[in-house]
Amino acid sequence: MISKNSNSSSKWREILRSRTLFVWLLITPAALFMFLIVGWPLLETIRLSFTNAGLGGEQYIGWENYEKLLNNRKYPAIVGRTFYWMFLSVLLKMVIGTAGALLLNAKIRGKATFRVMVMPPWIVPMAIGCIGWLWLYNGHFGILAGVLMRLGIIDGPFEFLAYKSSAFYSAVVTDVWIGTPMIAIFILAAMQSVPDDLYEAAYVDGASRWYRFRRITIPQIMPVIVTMSLLSAIWTFNSFEVIWILTEGGPRGATTTMIIDTYKMAIANYKFGYGATRALMVVLSLAVFSLLYLILLNKVNERYKTK
Amino acid sequence: MGKYTLLQKTGLYLAMTVFMTFILLPFLEMFMASLRPLEHLFRSPYQFWSNDMSFQAYFDIWNTVPMLARYIFNSVFLASVTTALCLSFVIPAAYAYARFHFKGKSVTLGLFLAVNMFAGAVLLIPLYKLLRSMGLLNTYAAMFVPGAAFLVPTGIWLLKSYLEKIPIELEESAWIDGASRIYILRKVVIPLAVPGLIVVGVATFIGAYAQQFLFAITFNQKREFMPLPAGIFEFVGYQSVIWNQLMAASIVGIIPVLLIFLFLQRYLVEGLTKGALKG
Repeated sequence: MISKNSNSSSKWREILRSRTLFVWLLITPAALFMFLIVGWPLLETIRLSFTNAGLGGEQYIGWENYEKLLNNRKYPAIVGRTFYWMFLSVLLKMVIGTAGALLLNAKIRGKATFRVMVMPPWIVPMAIGCIGWLWLYNGHFGILAGVLMRLGIIDGPFEFLAYKSSAFYSAVVTDVWIGTPMIAIFILAAMQSVPDDLYEAAYVDGASRWYRFRRITIPQIMPVIVTMSLLSAIWTFNSFEVIWILTEGGPRGATTTMIIDTYKMAIANYKFGYGATRALMVVLSLAVFSLLYLILLNKVNERYKTK
Repeated sequence: MGKYTLLQKTGLYLAMTVFMTFILLPFLEMFMASLRPLEHLFRSPYQFWSNDMSFQAYFDIWNTVPMLARYIFNSVFLASVTTALCLSFVIPAAYAYARFHFKGKSVTLGLFLAVNMFAGAVLLIPLYKLLRSMGLLNTYAAMFVPGAAFLVPTGIWLLKSYLEKIPIELEESAWIDGASRIYILRKVVIPLAVPGLIVVGVATFIGAYAQQFLFAITFNQKREFMPLPAGIFEFVGYQSVIWNQLMAASIVGIIPVLLIFLFLQRYLVEGLTKGALKG
């Protein structure tokens, strides 16, 4: 009896030991890969940000790049524009995505087809989707200007991408177009995971459709909305292709977000050191934003729990 | 439970029409532009339909950009390799996170997810150096190595929530029967995880296909390795843009991924909607 016991406990210890090893064997390849492609480049970006690296070699210059950036009169506008871009685009994606999910969730004929039809903006290469929008925004020959002219809303050709504010909002619309399908599908998923009996009970009690939506659907899909908002905010903040293909940050900087600005500085102007400083600003802004978001979220959650 | 009234039904279909118009309008516009002869494209006022439309552009694209077929092949090839590489890292890691409790679990998982915060565009300079020092610039690997890395975190997160739903008892009984961990992974876990693997695989493939642009224009200058989203800009000349052919090539270029999606959409939509969220 005793020997059997000690035998099994030593075997147990062996399992435990081999288990830890096994777990790390499973994770290490992915971890190493991420370190190589993301971790090391991040450290290298930090190092570069303290140098004047360019095509002609590099020298340590301390905080000079940071001072230069803080004293740059144009930079605050770029930061402000980036956050405005993010808030506006994410807000529209979440609103249209939720509305779309509601429609896709409605029990109407053809809903399976509609659920497939909503996906293309998400699955098609971003660059190619943007080419379609380029032509849509064409002032003379695109369908948007064409229809608006026919309706008499505008009285001549209108180049959507040629003016500062119309270019900015056009880019937002395209970004929303790319981001909405995924959000709609994930929110639809959340809606479908709401247990039916919740609705049935409310229905039996005579609750209206609107009341059921407000008091059952919304609270149940809230966790997904919260997660998707953060993810979407990060992606939107970093969105590169849409702006680059539509306007390359123009006209006159009207669509230059921090990521576009970083790319221009580092790749187009070969100012690697100064570009690295700007790249770190992107990372820092996102880190601060995510942290604030999560703290706020925790606060909200706590309040609801104590209630 | 509460049938729709006729008014509600009309409203629903109306709203759906507006929504779908927003989603599909660019594709419709692409298609219509691809059918117009080039000189007709620049005709004002705007005409939705005209008699001289034809599929001529779909024949001309192969002559204007002789490498077009190669670009499309490159796109599919790159997306496939990216997916394979990504999954080879994702599967073991996701299994570890789904099945074991260990020290540092939430910290390392958090680190993986934090990678989502870094866009490729932020790390281009060091990535360029890294790829150069490994001798990978201007190769396929210059695109699929970084491409795969940025898809790993989401892949781990998605697959982990799938694996968590597979009952652990099956593995335990195999373990008691004396099977090795690798054997269990190969013969018990992977077969059961196939639906989840398909979802994660398709999602990764779509991600890999959709993201081909930035790394391609930055890390590769050899035309024979170029994927379509970068190569298609050959229709954009210094003087003029051959719009109708650009649109035709775009349509042709999205057909492979649309076909793959149509074949697997049942798994993808259902898988994403049923699986990913409760994790």
